[in-house]
Amino acid sequence: MNRRVLLIEDEPNIAEAIRFLLSRDGWQVGLHADGTDAIDQIRAERPDLVILDVMLPGRSGMDILRDLRAMEDMQDLPVLMLTARGQLRDRDMAERAGVSRFMTKPFSNAEVLTAVRDLHAQAGRA
Amino acid sequence: MASLNTLVLVCLAYVALLFAVAFAADRLAAAGRSTWLRSPLIYTLSLSIYCTAWTFYGAVGYAARSGLEFVTIYLGPTLVMVGWWWGLRKLVRVGRSQRVTSIADLISSRYGKSNALAICVTLLAVTGVTPYIALQLQSITLSFSIFAEADPGSIHNETTSVFWVAAGLAVFAILFGTRNLDANERHHGVVTAVAIEAVVKLVALLGVGIFVVWGVAGGIGPMMARIDASDIGTWGVDRGRWATITFLAAAAFVCLPRMFQVMVVENDDERHLRTAAWAFPLYLLLMSLFVVPIAVVGLSLMPEGSNPDLFVLTIPLALGQEGLAMLSFLGGFSSATSMVIVAAMALSTMVSNHIVMPIWLRSRGGGLSVSGDVRSVVLMARRVSIAVIMCFGYAYYILSGGGAALASIGLIAFAGIAQILPALVGGLFWRGATRLGALAGLIVGFGLWVYTLLLPGIGGGVMSPGMLESGPFGIGWLRPQALFGIDGLDPMVHSVLWSMSLNAAAFCIVSLLDFPSPLERLQGAQFVNVFDHSAGPRGWTASVAQSEDLMIMSQRIMGAAEAQEFFHAEALAQGSRRALPDPTPAFLERLERKLSGSVGAAAAHAMISQIVGRSSVSVEDLFAVADESAQLLEYSSQLEEKSAELSRTAGKLREANDKLTQISLQKDAFLSQVSHELRTPMTSIRAFSEILRDTEGMKPEDQRRYATIIHDEATRLTRLLDDLLDLSVLESGQVTLNMSEGNLEDLLDRSVAAALTGADRALRVRRDAAAERILLRSDLDRLGQVFINLIANAQKYCDARDPVLTIRVHDAGGQLVVDFIDNGSGVPEDFHKMLFEKFARVGAEKVRGAGLGLAICREIMQRLGGDVSYLAGQDGGAFRVSLPTRHEMAAQ
Repeated sequence: MNRRVLLIEDEPNIAEAIRFLLSRDGWQVGLHADGTDAIDQIRAERPDLVILDVMLPGRSGMDILRDLRAMEDMQDLPVLMLTARGQLRDRDMAERAGVSRFMTKPFSNAEVLTAVRDLHAQAGRA
Repeated sequence: MASLNTLVLVCLAYVALLFAVAFAADRLAAAGRSTWLRSPLIYTLSLSIYCTAWTFYGAVGYAARSGLEFVTIYLGPTLVMVGWWWGLRKLVRVGRSQRVTSIADLISSRYGKSNALAICVTLLAVTGVTPYIALQLQSITLSFSIFAEADPGSIHNETTSVFWVAAGLAVFAILFGTRNLDANERHHGVVTAVAIEAVVKLVALLGVGIFVVWGVAGGIGPMMARIDASDIGTWGVDRGRWATITFLAAAAFVCLPRMFQVMVVENDDERHLRTAAWAFPLYLLLMSLFVVPIAVVGLSLMPEGSNPDLFVLTIPLALGQEGLAMLSFLGGFSSATSMVIVAAMALSTMVSNHIVMPIWLRSRGGGLSVSGDVRSVVLMARRVSIAVIMCFGYAYYILSGGGAALASIGLIAFAGIAQILPALVGGLFWRGATRLGALAGLIVGFGLWVYTLLLPGIGGGVMSPGMLESGPFGIGWLRPQALFGIDGLDPMVHSVLWSMSLNAAAFCIVSLLDFPSPLERLQGAQFVNVFDHSAGPRGWTASVAQSEDLMIMSQRIMGAAEAQEFFHAEALAQGSRRALPDPTPAFLERLERKLSGSVGAAAAHAMISQIVGRSSVSVEDLFAVADESAQLLEYSSQLEEKSAELSRTAGKLREANDKLTQISLQKDAFLSQVSHELRTPMTSIRAFSEILRDTEGMKPEDQRRYATIIHDEATRLTRLLDDLLDLSVLESGQVTLNMSEGNLEDLLDRSVAAALTGADRALRVRRDAAAERILLRSDLDRLGQVFINLIANAQKYCDARDPVLTIRVHDAGGQLVVDFIDNGSGVPEDFHKMLFEKFARVGAEKVRGAGLGLAICREIMQRLGGDVSYLAGQDGGAFRVSLPTRHEMAAQ
């Protein structure tokens, strides 16, 4: 089982924490810190799951998600969105953009792990 | 010899007869059975008030003194009647269609209802007519005194008799001239009495004439021989005087207030003019027929020095014909009384309508209430005016001494009254005539008349002989009887020439220069084109079709259903079986009230009048309609203004709301930013603390590394909170500044040290110590905070391989300037503006920081009275701090 996750996050400490959590759970974790070429990175790595920050340098996570969902082969890719901007408006926007799961920072590690596992399991059944 | 008492009795009896006739005529007229009163004969006879005592007695005197010149007095009116009857017809038509009450009213009405003009004409008329009234009083007194001389037993006091005559005439005029207020100002009683007096004076003069020709001279043949033998037949004719006096008589015939009264105001039917056009000249011819024979016989019969003015009386008396003398006396009495009564009536109408009433109304605060109250005031004003005018006449008679000076006053009065002529004729035939033109002409003519004829003519030393000789202040060309050096003319001809020509010239020139008001133009058109506008004498016949027309009009205004319902109900109320009611006054009144609810009272009245044909729509009606429309327009413009105001208010509210929304959005954005900036470090802290807690058997170096992250993030969080609080305090303006003195060099030393302590990268700082030796007075801690921030920024963001920061200090325009310039790539121009906004971070930089530093710097500098800005155009990133220095420099 080689589960791969791509983590797009510009805060190095947060990225490090999530990488640590998911590696320990058996995931192969790819890190990317920039919004501009995030989609290229996804295309290149073809991960099983993407964890996406909203406020990224270069390009907003929302825009990336919308573009992603417009691509035929990316419509079923599970995307877990993490953001420090936890307003209802942001959640609505994310859901309209086609997010699989939306979580606000700060999160509990267990929540993140559960969410990642659930998303992967759903994708596997589908 | 007839005693004076008999004479007085006869007079009283005669007056009583006139009273009775006038009373009966009024009753008949009120009862509507006055057809014979409205005959052309009565009209023609009433015109004979032109022939006053001046004509009755004076014509003979005139002939005895000046030969045939007296004919001009009769020639003028004859020419007008025969040659200008169409002009008179126009005058009468205008008078009737405009319902004018006097010549002043007519002039004022023509020139846009100008009361100034009416007052002007009224004053002119009163000035001209007052001496004329005095003349009549004198004639009566003189004739009395003739009888008194013949009756030695009586005591005759001239002054008292004049007084009683004046009083009696005033009473007569008041009784029959102001008994009621008729809209048309017609006085059938007075007119009938005047007609009877006209017959009496004609019969008396003819009687004396016949007696003189057949009784004294012995037939026509011998009479003609006597005339040929006398001087009268041979006296030469002064053509200038003939033309002038004929013209004056013609003008006076049209313009005299009393003539206007009987000719226009009292006119019942303009077709009467057609009869009068030949009948009145005939009357004048009969009146003048025996003037020359009487004069010739009188001159030869009467003793030297006897007054030729009284030949009509003295010849029968001298020849013992008492009955004839009595008749002659009554003729003269009739001439005088009829003139005085009608003149007083006409003048009183003018005085009360144009002088007394406007003043009274203004004193009442301008409120126009048409009530019985006003009616009684008008009547009272008329009565008082008559009394006052009679008093004027009496006073004039007393003051002028009653002498021969009065005899010449007739022509002088004519010349004065004739000044109205240009404005009158111009108003009837020239649409371009204006109010100002009429006023100018009247004033010029009136002034010249007073100056050149009235004052020199009335004697009594009003004008000194020196003034007549050499002009006022010795100015020769201003001599009253030789204006502009034109000498040698007869004074009468001279005055009429100048006053009439300059009057007409002023009238024309000012009219041409002036621009008439809309009302003037409308009235002008109404007057000049009166035959197009007004119905002829037989214009109105009641028509059955009127109800249908009314129905059609009402349907348009009220709507078909409502109009039909209303008309049907009215028809039922009238008991009519037809669908339409008869146009009875009551029905018309209700209809008018109903319509006025929709279109306004004036418009409703005008429309109904137009259909029913009671009268054509007058200018007043049109103006009332226009007023109503103007009120509606004003109302709607008020509404428009209100709605504009509302929309302005709404606009302001919208603006305020937009501002609030914007502020709210900014606040939301700020909170969202703050939330993000706080959550980010907290996320790391929580995640790693959970990792440390939950992971067993972690390597010690990993443990240390994660604990360091937690520590760093906690520090970052603290710094962020500090900055936020700092900014909040600075922005709210609640910051207290600790002002102290210090050296700039020391401050920069401390700032550089603080900024670079513990820095992970070296930064060289280049300074000029000499320039920095400046004593400052400021909040040095706060200023230091700004310096530290700027130096730390350079340290963090300068991307040069060997970063160098240059600090330059200099004085620029009274400000101390400290520049911080590094050798990096600087800030892109797009970001210069937003650099000092909160949470502004440039580009995709990796260096951490909430982006509040520069915002705090700016707030601090503004509190300190200076500023911090990005300095564009340098090689690297460059910030400029400026400080006010004036008093610091002075302190040094």
